[in-house]
Amino acid sequence: MSAGAATPAYPRRWSRPPLIPDARLRWAIVLGAILYLIVGTGTVDVNWARVSEGLVRGGRFLAGFLAPDFTSRWSDISTGMIESLTMTVTATVAGIALSVPFGLGAARNIAPAWLYVVCRAVIAFARTFQEIIIAIFFVAMFGFGPFAGFLTLSLSTIGFLGKLLADDIEEADPAQLEAVRATGASWWQVVAYAVSPQVMPRLVGLSLYRFDINFRESAVVGIVGAGGIGATLNTALDRYEYDSAAAILLLIIGIVMVCEYSSGFIRRRVQ
Amino acid sequence: MLRIEGLTKTYRTGDAALRGVDLTVGKGQVVGLIGPSGAGKSTLIRCVNRLVEPTAGKIYVGDTEITGLGRRELRRVRRRIGMIFQEYALVERLTVMENVLSGRLGYVGFWASWLRRFPEADIAKAFAVLDRVGLMDQVDKRADALSGGQRQRVGIARALMQDPDLLLVDEPTASLDPKTSRQVMRLLLEVCAERGFATIVNIHDVGLAQLFLPRIVGLRAGAIVYDGPAAGLTAEVLTRIYGEEDWTRTAARDDDEDDTAAALAIEAERRIVAGAA
Repeated sequence: MSAGAATPAYPRRWSRPPLIPDARLRWAIVLGAILYLIVGTGTVDVNWARVSEGLVRGGRFLAGFLAPDFTSRWSDISTGMIESLTMTVTATVAGIALSVPFGLGAARNIAPAWLYVVCRAVIAFARTFQEIIIAIFFVAMFGFGPFAGFLTLSLSTIGFLGKLLADDIEEADPAQLEAVRATGASWWQVVAYAVSPQVMPRLVGLSLYRFDINFRESAVVGIVGAGGIGATLNTALDRYEYDSAAAILLLIIGIVMVCEYSSGFIRRRVQ
Repeated sequence: MLRIEGLTKTYRTGDAALRGVDLTVGKGQVVGLIGPSGAGKSTLIRCVNRLVEPTAGKIYVGDTEITGLGRRELRRVRRRIGMIFQEYALVERLTVMENVLSGRLGYVGFWASWLRRFPEADIAKAFAVLDRVGLMDQVDKRADALSGGQRQRVGIARALMQDPDLLLVDEPTASLDPKTSRQVMRLLLEVCAERGFATIVNIHDVGLAQLFLPRIVGLRAGAIVYDGPAAGLTAEVLTRIYGEEDWTRTAARDDDEDDTAAALAIEAERRIVAGAA
């Protein structure tokens, strides 16, 4: 009665075909990789004396972390922190304000070809260099201090937000643009009624994310002289004051976490 | 109201979408435009408000020849041309009211529209139009919270807000179920009759077209191959428009026993409409 009697004997085992079908070639590649690893490690020249010295220093750093000192350098720390936060807020606001027009101009579906080329070029330029390199330039041009940091972060915000905003506009539903255009709306009205409702939630989310990034970057660009908490941190490390450095790092971690949670909360609300 | 002469559209890819179309639609007249996919139906109505730029030919809306207009005059003409779309094309994240008020964008300045400060007359009109399409209790809902039929009613309301002379309707029922399709078509025909719009309706569903639209224009490969009453859509004419197929079920009035209930229902309703006309 069982239907199994009529079924032919199908194989009971199956394995995924290997990426490299030839078994000899497969093993040759594995052996080659192991050999290369051994030879490669052999050529690294390790100065063990220096390593042990570094380990001791690292131990002191860790000890400093366990006993962070907020008080003895507090005036330096608070000045640096306020500078960093000022830099972050102003650069984020200025960056968003400038990236919106560039983003609109760099969206192929709403901008004429010449404007598209110009705006994409500006955005590409702003994205070309890493923040530290831009910061070194601006410090050389405008001197040490937070103004150079402000310019650096504004420029990289334009590159970041402008590109992502333009890409988002280009992915907007064309039917909605067409419908608003068909009512006789002007270009700005099409932007206000068809483009902005479609991209606004993402723009808000990206702006909050960029605020996060700008705060973290403000600590980095300080190291090359662009002011802010990074400069304070650099000084503390130069003076071997690991307890103060630990205090600064803990403050940075705390502020980044506050930013993270609040931006997540706001992003959930705007969807 | 609308006169099209020798309208030709060749896309940059070299595809000829329209090859010398002549069409006149009078005030208060409703024309159903049928034809296979790719025949140029969408291109034809998009040329009328120049969402697509025609390659050659002339288009008169009233007395205005629109193919040569500059941007400012074009926007002025677009205010007089309402458009209703296949997938509703509502701005999803805006409220029903904002979507309806966007029909007035051609009449108000940028700042007034951006701040949502529309003239009181426009707001009163928006409520009146929403009442007409039966959406008075959905005013503050977001457009993406509505059902398909409700969305298309918002689409109709938006077009009515423009006080158009001419209405272009692109596949109004393509994403609706059969019952909602009929309700939307009925509403559309009613408002066209009330306000005397000259109307072009692109439509895929031949049964629905025959049921609601008195004049049918058949488009094939960018040229008009039929222009006449809905009753004249015989199997021979449908073959001319769409190509070879067994059309007897929809076109001929046969009483075959194996006819589906739906086909019978459409048939019966058509006879009633034909009798009333």
